[in-house]
Amino acid sequence: MSTTALPTVTREETPLRRFIAEFCASRVALAALVVFLLIGLAAIFAALIAPQNPYDLAQLDIMDGRLPPGSISGAGYTYILGTDDQGRDMFSGILYGLRISLGVGVGSAFIACIFGTALGLFAAYVGGRTDAAIMRLVDLQLSFPSILVALMILAMLGKGVMNVVLALVIVEWAYYTRTVRASALVERRREYIEAAECLALPRHRIIFRHLLPNCLPPLIVIATQQIARAIALEATLSFLGLGVPITEPSLGLLIANGYQYMLSGKYWISFYPGIALLVTIVAINLVGDQLRDVLNPRLQR
Amino acid sequence: MAAPIIELRRVSKRFGPTYDAAARLARSISRHLGTAQRNETVHAVDNVDLVVARGEVVGLVGESGCGKSTIGRMVAGIMPPSDGTVLFKGQDIATLPPDRARDAKLKVQMIFQDPYASLNPRLRVEDIVGEAPLVHGLVSHGDFDAYLDAQLRRAGLDPSFRRRYPHQFSGGQRQRIGIARALAVQPEFLVCDEAVAALDVSIQAQILNLFMDLRRELDLTYLFISHDLGVVEHLSDRVLIMYLGRIVESARAEEVFARPNHPYTQALLAEVPRIDARKRRFTAIKGEIPSPIAPPSGCHFHPRCPHAMPRCSQEAPRLREIAPGHDSACHLNDLA
Amino acid sequence: MTTATLEVRDLRTHFFTRAGVVKAVDDVSFAITRGQVMGLVGESGSGKTVTGFSILGLVDPPGRIVGGSILYQGQDLTKLSEREMRTLRGDRIAMIFQDPMMTLNPVLRIDTQMIEAVQAHARVSHAEARTRARDSLGMVGIPSPEERLAAYPHQFSGGMRQRVAIAIALLHRPDLLIADEPTTALDVTIQAQILAEVQKLAATYGTALIWITHDLSVIAGLADEIAVMYAGRVVETGAAETVLDRPLHPYTHGLIGSVPSRNRRGERLRQIPGMTPSLLNLPQGCAFRTRCPRADASCEQEPGPSQPMPGQTVRCFHPLTPLPLAGEVDARQRAG
Repeated sequence: MSTTALPTVTREETPLRRFIAEFCASRVALAALVVFLLIGLAAIFAALIAPQNPYDLAQLDIMDGRLPPGSISGAGYTYILGTDDQGRDMFSGILYGLRISLGVGVGSAFIACIFGTALGLFAAYVGGRTDAAIMRLVDLQLSFPSILVALMILAMLGKGVMNVVLALVIVEWAYYTRTVRASALVERRREYIEAAECLALPRHRIIFRHLLPNCLPPLIVIATQQIARAIALEATLSFLGLGVPITEPSLGLLIANGYQYMLSGKYWISFYPGIALLVTIVAINLVGDQLRDVLNPRLQR
Repeated sequence: MAAPIIELRRVSKRFGPTYDAAARLARSISRHLGTAQRNETVHAVDNVDLVVARGEVVGLVGESGCGKSTIGRMVAGIMPPSDGTVLFKGQDIATLPPDRARDAKLKVQMIFQDPYASLNPRLRVEDIVGEAPLVHGLVSHGDFDAYLDAQLRRAGLDPSFRRRYPHQFSGGQRQRIGIARALAVQPEFLVCDEAVAALDVSIQAQILNLFMDLRRELDLTYLFISHDLGVVEHLSDRVLIMYLGRIVESARAEEVFARPNHPYTQALLAEVPRIDARKRRFTAIKGEIPSPIAPPSGCHFHPRCPHAMPRCSQEAPRLREIAPGHDSACHLNDLA
Repeated sequence: MTTATLEVRDLRTHFFTRAGVVKAVDDVSFAITRGQVMGLVGESGSGKTVTGFSILGLVDPPGRIVGGSILYQGQDLTKLSEREMRTLRGDRIAMIFQDPMMTLNPVLRIDTQMIEAVQAHARVSHAEARTRARDSLGMVGIPSPEERLAAYPHQFSGGMRQRVAIAIALLHRPDLLIADEPTTALDVTIQAQILAEVQKLAATYGTALIWITHDLSVIAGLADEIAVMYAGRVVETGAAETVLDRPLHPYTHGLIGSVPSRNRRGERLRQIPGMTPSLLNLPQGCAFRTRCPRADASCEQEPGPSQPMPGQTVRCFHPLTPLPLAGEVDARQRAG
């Protein structure tokens, strides 16, 4: 009895390798991913790249306030993107602001993902009344506009980065739960799950080792979209003054700070942070689009 | 007859939509208003008795909606019955303590129909086959490699493929992986749910031969569920014919195929295409298979039966012995 | 000899994929005359479905017909433009598929779809088209066709949907009907009904029928001629009786031998060792030689078609001995 397999694969083709190859088929998405990684790196190494620490009051010179891009500072370096009304270098402010924005955006999306996914998997696997109860909670959560809920929470808790993260998690978790539950309900009925039950594997093992990896595709897509959403939401909250404190400005707050100067010609104080925000969100969305196409089972094979 | 290893007593399974609070309220309101409530319960299995003795191969035959897959799942312990009891070696598995129940569950394993859906696409072969024995302590970490290789070899697979993923294999090989997975937990009983239906004829022959070899080597007992009468006739000692949730005939394999008693069995055998038949005129029994939601009254088969009598629509016939070892559920047998 | 309705000569359809060239159909030739039923038999990967698609010009990129000709009543279909093919499709040559939902649009009513099919090829009024549709449904055995016209596909059972698909295919009384495994997914009793209908209709209208399947038993009862495909090539053709009683090609012989009813009950089935080779990586010469008990060094050359008896062709250097005279019944082969 012969036992040879199909000889088509020459080197080990894991699902991961195949996924990477398909993702890179779109040059736009690849470029967007590179841009996003660069932004991320810039945010992480802000302290090394930025000519000035905008939070260190000792480094600021209020006489340097509202200078246009290209002006020379007292300390000798160029204000590449100008300064704001406090004399902070816009470029440094954007780099540090990216830290906050990305940190809050990715962090809140990550926490919401873990919490929402676990809940969604549990609801789908257990079914019955538990499932119904959880989904009613999700419906309730999703029926309120996110901004409103976030504003209410922040109004109660006050400003602060951790409070913003908490508000965003509360706003976001329901999307993950709903998406994962839908995916898990389909996978739940598949025969490999029945096989796992037949083998008397413990329930938590079936949920996390068998069900979860196969529910990942829509989850990954949602997660990337939610990161972009969280960043935008945080920017909105900060713009409205209810988000991060002014000592740790995010991009939204920077935009808010410069808003009053828009019409008087000192556009750079709002404009450049706005561009940074825009590029970040677009890059994330483009990556998410390609992920969605690649992970779409209907387009497979 | 050897001791029964699996027994189903008066087992039924119903599937119905579960109504949450809002829907229940709506339904009770419309009931009060007098509008008829649509009954959406599916009687997949209706009061079935089934015994499989140790070492037997029992073939379970029927068309869609007959409930054979549901019975298979109840036997394997992955679906609880709505009524009745499932006994493993004389013990009601629903009343066993958790660890004994788990042991009983491991002793009855299932081979599934779809080789593409029955393997977790994200796990390697070694995890698919080796997970359960490790989790249940059937093999230690030290002996794992040797154990896994032995399991794969027994199912006809090259052990060097253990780190591959399911998508790199053909349908027949995937089915072998499924078989290796089932055998790895040392079962005594295998439920084969249309295990060869999705395979090409030449691969089907290989897998069926594998089943027969394993039966001898490991002293296994089988419940072989299939719609393919040719396969069932070849493998089985005893055959059960099901129609719309009920067993309509039960006998030794040669008996059923040589002297079918129930009109449905007769129709089934007449209509099965046979390779020995030559250019023939196909004559078919009329009518569609009814939906299991609204099965016909009395004998489920009466609307399509060429010999139907008035009694058939009023009273459901019971499964009675009409010859030694041959049971049939048909009123015609009462007309002596 | 009547002119063939369809003659396929040296057809080659290749798929140019990232992994390499898949020679799905590689030098296929056969002919079919008016009213004849031909069974195109093969397992998965044999190229039978792609052959059917090639005839109708339905092969999508990355595949395309790279060589050969398809002569329909003398006209070469491979040379026609898309517009010319469209006038033929559905009118003179029709196709039905394994899944009737490949023919039926789930969001349109049956009458809408059928009227559209009628008016695509005939200048008739809406009312006249509807009448034709209704008559067609009645002809395929659908009860109360007038009411059924207003229904949607999801309101039909699987067997009914397939009948509707057949009705649509036969609306314009085509000269050739290609059926790609239309009954594989259906129950035995429903399959028998469909086979009966198709047989009757083909006889009534003189439609030539190419029945693509892997099920030899269905072909045995239905076909006049059989063409067996393996790895993209036709390895044997001949009259159904001859091929099934005394196959010439070792593959056909192995395939017939592995059917359970051709083996003695309880004994190991005769099986063909190994698996179908991947179409990306076919063995040099005869594609079957890696599995063939009769292969030797000469099989490393590709065998061309030979004609050991009139009406029979085979591609093999070591074919089995042909039937010397009509009427010989090989009792040994039947008993196994």
